[in-house]
Parts: sequence; C-alpha cells; structure tokens
Amino acid sequence: MSLINITIDGRPVQVPPGTTILEAARKAGVKIPTLCYLEELSVIGACRLCLVQVEGARTLVAACVAQAGEGMVVHTNTPAVRQARRVNLELILSNHPRECLTCLRNTNCELQRLAAELGVDQVRFEGEMSPYGVDDSSPALVRDPRKCVLCRRCVAVCSEVQGVSAIAVQERGFDTVVAPAFLAPLGEVSCVNCGQCSLVCPTAAIHERDQTAEVWAALADPEKHVVVQTAPAVRVSVGEMFGLEPGSIVTGKLVAALRRLGFDRVFDTDFAADLTIMEEANEFIHRLQNGGPLPLITSCSPGWIKFIEHFYPQLLPNLSTCKSPQQMFGALAKTYYAQRAGIDPAKIFVVSIMPCTAKKFEARRPEMRASGYWDVDVVLTTRELGRMIKQAGFDFASLPEEDYDEPLGISTGAGAIFGATGGVMEAALRTAYELLTGATLLSLDFEEVRGLKGIKEAVVGVNGCEVRVAVANGLDNARKVLDTVINGEKEYHFIEIMACPGGCIGGGGQPIPTNRETRARRVAAIYQVDRQLPLRKSHENPAVQALYREFLGKPSGHKSHELLHTHYTPRERF
Amino acid sequence: MAVTCQCGGERTRKLEALLDRYRGQPQALIQVLHQAQEIYGYLPREVLKKVSLALNVPLSQVYGVVSFYSFFTIHPKGRHRISVCKGTACYVRGAEQLLEHLREELRIKPGETTADGEFSLEVVRCLGACGLGPVIMVDEDVHARVMPERIPDILSAYRS
Ligand code: SF4
Ligand code: SF4
Ligand code: SF4
Ligand code: FES
Repeated sequence: MSLINITIDGRPVQVPPGTTILEAARKAGVKIPTLCYLEELSVIGACRLCLVQVEGARTLVAACVAQAGEGMVVHTNTPAVRQARRVNLELILSNHPRECLTCLRNTNCELQRLAAELGVDQVRFEGEMSPYGVDDSSPALVRDPRKCVLCRRCVAVCSEVQGVSAIAVQERGFDTVVAPAFLAPLGEVSCVNCGQCSLVCPTAAIHERDQTAEVWAALADPEKHVVVQTAPAVRVSVGEMFGLEPGSIVTGKLVAALRRLGFDRVFDTDFAADLTIMEEANEFIHRLQNGGPLPLITSCSPGWIKFIEHFYPQLLPNLSTCKSPQQMFGALAKTYYAQRAGIDPAKIFVVSIMPCTAKKFEARRPEMRASGYWDVDVVLTTRELGRMIKQAGFDFASLPEEDYDEPLGISTGAGAIFGATGGVMEAALRTAYELLTGATLLSLDFEEVRGLKGIKEAVVGVNGCEVRVAVANGLDNARKVLDTVINGEKEYHFIEIMACPGGCIGGGGQPIPTNRETRARRVAAIYQVDRQLPLRKSHENPAVQALYREFLGKPSGHKSHELLHTHYTPRERF
Repeated sequence: MAVTCQCGGERTRKLEALLDRYRGQPQALIQVLHQAQEIYGYLPREVLKKVSLALNVPLSQVYGVVSFYSFFTIHPKGRHRISVCKGTACYVRGAEQLLEHLREELRIKPGETTADGEFSLEVVRCLGACGLGPVIMVDEDVHARVMPERIPDILSAYRS
C-alpha cells in the first residue's frame, strides 16, 4: 500500500490512503478544533469547527470528513479559516444558555473551551432556545436539551458501543432533539443508566444526577453515623480531577480526603469484592458439580443487569445471584458492622463512591433493603466526589496517605482488580481453582482475560477438566457473546460481563475525559495495585474469614442468602 | 364488540403479512412505515414497536424517522380533516395567521388531532385554488377567503 504525501501548514506528512485530514494533522502535531467528531465512532461533519483550507478547493472543507489526497496542501490557520470557525461556533452558541458559571460542566466543557480557544468575543445572533425542558426522570442521569449542540456523540455511543439505542435524534428543524422514542422520559425506557453518553457529551446536556447536597447534609447531621465505601476503580482515576496523570494511584490520599470531609468510617468496596468472590466462586463450583445452569454469568455491573433484564430475560437464570460488592457492603454495614460497633443501624448512613452512574439505580432497586433499611443511602460518582473535595478546598495532591478503617477496609489484590475488565473472572479463578484442586496456584496472573479487547476467551485446566471462560466489556460485545451462547455456537462455563468499555475504570461516572488512553492507563494502575498487595486471593482475606466465622457462617449459607444474594426482574424490551 | 374486533383483526393480519415480508431488513424501514400507515391511517405506538422488532431497528430510531418526515403521523385522524393551504398565494394572503388561529382554537399543532377526536389539522402545499386564498379545506369542502374571525363558525358547522 503506497502512502499519500500531504503538506499541512508547511509540514510534510505521509499517511495511508483513507486517512482524513484531521488524522493526518494529528500525526503531524497540528491541532484542529473539533466538536461533533468522536474518534472511531461518529463522524457526521455537522459542527464545521474543523474547517481548513485546501489549496485549489473552492470552499473550506471539514477536516474530520475530508480525506487526504496525494499532493494536497492544507492550511489550518489562515484568517479565513479562523473567521469561519468562529462564526460557526457563534451560531452554535446563539441558542445555547450561556450559564457557565452555574453549570455542572463549568471548567470541564468542550464548548466553553472552544469558545475560549477560538476567541469568540461576542455572539451576534440570538437564536430561540430549545423548546424542551430538563428531563430528570432517571435516577442516574439528567438530560438538559437546552445545552445540547446536537453533535450526536451520545447517540453513537449508546447504539454502537452499548447496543442499547435508548436515545436517537428526534423531530426536525428547530424542534430537533436527542431523546428516547416518543420523546419519553429517559427513566421510563430501556436506558441501562451506564452513563457512557455523559462521558462523551461535550457539554452538560446529559450528565450524572448530582447528589452531593444529600451527602453534605448527612455529614452535617450529628445524629448520623456516616460511613463511606470506595470502589476499586476510583483510586486510579479521581486524581485526574485534580490534574494528576491518568492512572495515578491515589488510594491513601483518597482515604485522607474522605476522612477530612467528615466521614465517620472510611471503608473499602474491595473488601466486599473479596466477599463477592467467596460467594460467587462457591456458586460456580456448586453449579459446575450440580448440573448448572451454566454458563454462570457475573452480576456486579448494574448497567449489565438492567440490560439483560430488558434484552435477554431468557438468560436470567444464568446470572449469578450474588449482589454486587456495593450492595453486599451496604447490607453488611447496617447489620454486621452495626452490631460490632454497637450502633443503631437506623442512624447509619452509607455513601458509596462509584465510577458508575448505574449504581445510583441499583441502590434504589426495591430488593436492596436486606438490612431493613436502604442498604446504601447515596451513591456518588467519582466526578461528584471530586467536586466535593474541591468545594472543601483541599489541595488533593498534597494530602497525606492514610489507611482504610477496619474491618470493612481490609482487602486483597483480587478485590482490587474488580475495577478492570477481566478482573472479576481472574479473581474468581484464583479462588475457585484453589478451592477445587486444593493446590496452590503457581501463577496468579491470568493474562488472557486482561486488557481492553472487547471480548476475551480462555481455557483453564482444573482437575483435568477444561473450564471455558469468556469476558466481555461494552454491552454490544456482551450481545455478541450472548448470541453465540444462545445459538449454540459457543459453550462456556463462566462469563464475565461489564457494561462499560474497559470495565469500571471506564465507568460512566469517571472523570472526563475517559477515552482509550485514560482507560489503558487506569487498567495498568489497577494491576499495579494488585501486584503491590501482600494478599492477592480473596479467600486469604483475614477480615472476610473473620466475617464468616463471627457472623455469616459459610459461603452460600443461610445468612449469606438473606443478605448477599438477590433476584432479578424481567423487563419489557422498550 | 364484534365489529371492532374484526376490523382490528383484519388490520393486524395485514400488518403481520407486511412485517413478514420485510423481517430483518432495516433498510426497508420507510417503505414499511408507509404501508403500515396506509393500513391504520396513522402509526400507533404498538405498531411502531412491532416494526422495530421485525425489522431489527431500535425503537428510538424508528421514531426518529417517523418524527422527521411530515407525512408520517402518530395521531389518529379526526372525524373531520382540516387542511390549511400554505401555497405561495395563500401564504401571502395570510395563511400563517389563519393557521395560528386554528391552532389556538383547536389547541393542537398540525399533524395532531383534537382530544375529542373531532378535528385533525394539517398543512398542505397548494390546493390549486390560488385565486381564492387564503383557503382551507374541511373534509371535501373548500372554504375561500377565510378571515380568522370566521373560524369558529366554520368549525361549529362540523361539530357533531
Ligand atoms: S454546557 Fe458548557 S458552555 Fe454550556 S453553560 Fe455549561 S459550561 Fe457553559
Ligand atoms: S445511560 Fe447508557 S443506555 Fe442510557 S442513554 Fe446513556 S448510553 Fe444509552
Ligand atoms: S446530549 Fe451531548 S452528546 Fe448528545 S447530542 Fe447533545 S451535546 Fe451531543
Ligand atoms: S468536528 Fe468536523 S464537522 Fe464537527
């Protein structure tokens, strides 16, 4: 394949045929502004902010769409180009509520940044504002069509990556809006609350439901004993909210920040992840030895749970009955911990810090009251916690490193890797293998199930049997795996599914931007956390062992079933 | 209610035949919606759901197409159909104000039907009566040189 020679701002570049001018420019280190463009997913050429001048062309061309041609000479920085981009942005801003000061995306908004970078110093057109109001019907996400620039990035993610297509472009002309069918409220359709749309939205047109006020109120209430749990993925991402490198491991600073915010106990979801592995590995062994139903499919990703309830209800018996670590933690905080600490569970307020918007929905499922109260009171995303820390005025980077509280803060590397795609599978295999064989694993690293590939497979030899496993991340990949299972093409014993690309580290509540690069660096950090921990197998967690001894009895026992297991609800397709 | 049942059954049969013909063919969406609208006179929600499943097009995208093209409607037609001409001649002579009055009087937008099922409202390009503008048609009757004040009288003649 011969390469194409093109010159961008005087710099020669060689690119393969089919490369767009934008991609070529990035290769040459030339920055071209974009808004509607979403790498690998959506190229609709709508915003016209990426205009460039091509010598010989009559009009300016959109660099995200136009392909590089042999001998092409491109200028990205002429007065005409700058002027045209600015006018186009002005047009976009003409019907945008310019309320940056009070906006959730203030200082982290692509539209705002572009206005600054392109030097928009006035908006000469006053367009009519969107006729649609705010939609806050969803427990996880808020839609604000007034702030929508119709870039359709959310639509592309929802359909291509998640295979859900809860939202699409509706109506036309001035009435055009991104919304569910029939303009129904988001909370009433088969949206799975994954929040991937909120990660790619350049503005605040679709964002997490902000519940920081509820947590501030609980912290200020002297009657309440407020405990917090932090999901595995948060410790490798929250630093990004404060300008640290993606993938910085900030576990100790995170704990310190939470303590300074006023939480009475700082616990770790990783502890509950170890517990989940005890229950799930036992469930797997039981199903393996008692005729199924197999494949067993993991159940810790609430976006995935709602997805299967809507789209594959026939496979619900295959789901593990284990609650997610967040919900196991909540149930134990208001029973086991309350008892041990001698605190009235009615006074305990459980906050979760999660990389995930769907966890907000999960916490309000009616079955999540095993303790007699809401097991989890409020779920905050990583982004919301970041905002609280900023509001408190802490200089995050210079906080000291502190340790989690005992006993619900003790965890192993197996709990930590829950945060990355393949991690639950790997953690379960570490435990199931040793329980089944009675032997000690020589290598704990199941490399085949690691990494950002959408679908991964592995075969593990256990007692002379072959255990076939699959791991999928991103719900469209989940669809592909399930379809091969349903049509008999593939037979697996165990499948791990995470709704979000990359697993929880790429969750819909994570810092923005979350893209291929940040995902990769967070995954690397997760496995580093695992490597650095003295214990890396869930069944070796002393706090989990004590919990079974003092309180639960044995895995899959009576009390476990009461507190740690759940059931699912088939839902309508639409 | 044997009568409605039969009629419903007939339509359902036709729809099922239509969907069978195009099952698994997302590219046939517009065609199928057209024919479904011919069967029902409009596009009921349940029909759109069936189309979505049969053609394997997500419902949000089906609705996107339906709401984009003005010839599709999700509202059943009223007993009386009001068409407002917005051809150039009528437009110049005040069709816009006329439409505005009708919208207020009926409390519906073009493409919709009043809550009592009496009237549906639509905008057409030219009724070919340019000399008589502004013109509206109610069912088969042409009303010429309509002044907004006359609207209540015209409508009440059709009310059952
Ligand atoms: S979405 Fe962005 S540009 Fe719009 S008000 Fe919010 S911060 Fe400002
Ligand atoms: S939360 Fe997920 S399923 Fe719901 S609209 Fe956004 S991307 Fe689609
Ligand atoms: S909601 Fe956000 S991502 Fe979706 S079209 Fe509007 S601006 Fe773009
Ligand atoms: S980024 Fe090229 S047109 Fe929007």
